[in-house]
Amino acid sequence: MKFGVLQFPGSCDEVDAFDAARLLGDAELIWHGERDLRGADAIIVPGGFSYGDYLRAGAIARFSPAMESVIAFAAEGGLVLGICNGFQVLCEAHLLPGALLPNANLHFTFRQVELEVVNRETPFTGACAAGERLSLPAKHAWGRYHAEEATLDEMERRGQVLLRYAPGENFNGSVRDIAGVCNEAGNVFGLMPHPEHAVEELVGGSADGLKIFDSMRLAIEGAHA
Amino acid sequence: MRARVLIRPKAGILDPQGVAVERALPALGFAGVSGVHIGRLVELDVEDASQLEPMCEKLLANPLVEDYEIIVER
Repeated sequence: MKFGVLQFPGSCDEVDAFDAARLLGDAELIWHGERDLRGADAIIVPGGFSYGDYLRAGAIARFSPAMESVIAFAAEGGLVLGICNGFQVLCEAHLLPGALLPNANLHFTFRQVELEVVNRETPFTGACAAGERLSLPAKHAWGRYHAEEATLDEMERRGQVLLRYAPGENFNGSVRDIAGVCNEAGNVFGLMPHPEHAVEELVGGSADGLKIFDSMRLAIEGAHA
Repeated sequence: MRARVLIRPKAGILDPQGVAVERALPALGFAGVSGVHIGRLVELDVEDASQLEPMCEKLLANPLVEDYEIIVER
């Protein structure tokens, strides 16, 4: 399978996402000005500070030519993973419900976080065990997830909350400890922590992040089988 | 014409910048200050003022978490 990894001016995690994807399949970087997604089976919108986070994080990137193609790709059921700034971009593009706000403590924070996998029956969490916890690094200033109460109730009912910060780990003040959500159709997923930085024990603190990419691979290969 | 767009966090959504400034003011001797909120100001020249609202909805504000106010100078 092939992952397409978007690259905006100001992206900084696209190479780690590319390297993580390459552990499991083929991968290609896609510049933000291009519309051609190069036949990718799944798209990764990486972390960083696209367009300098001007106006609001993700607000400008959402209108790039590559994102227009990603919006069409998602509408056809294509798998899209947004990490950190990528999560912000997907919310701004209305591919995911809610918004990311400045951390409640106003600090840029970099730390390892423990996450609970809430729903593993998705293309992004299928490789996780029941009740599994993931240990991933998080690094952001705008990670406080917010959505209206009625929206949150509906999302929880539909199983759209895939990851939660474990007790005591919600450092950014996200509503209901939410760390990662998917869309109603289940083919678009965004999370603030960084699975692409945790694919090798030696440098990632854990290799738990690989499970997200491997879940996507299994979903794609299952669909092709 | 000249227009100004004021963008504020929606009521009820935690505004940590506003809280931080509200807490800092009494330390400088400014008593009796409450309800501090910090937003953004966008100033722009437009030929067609009717475009301002769709601009706000689409780009300048995130209506999910922000309110906006359009002020057109005559």
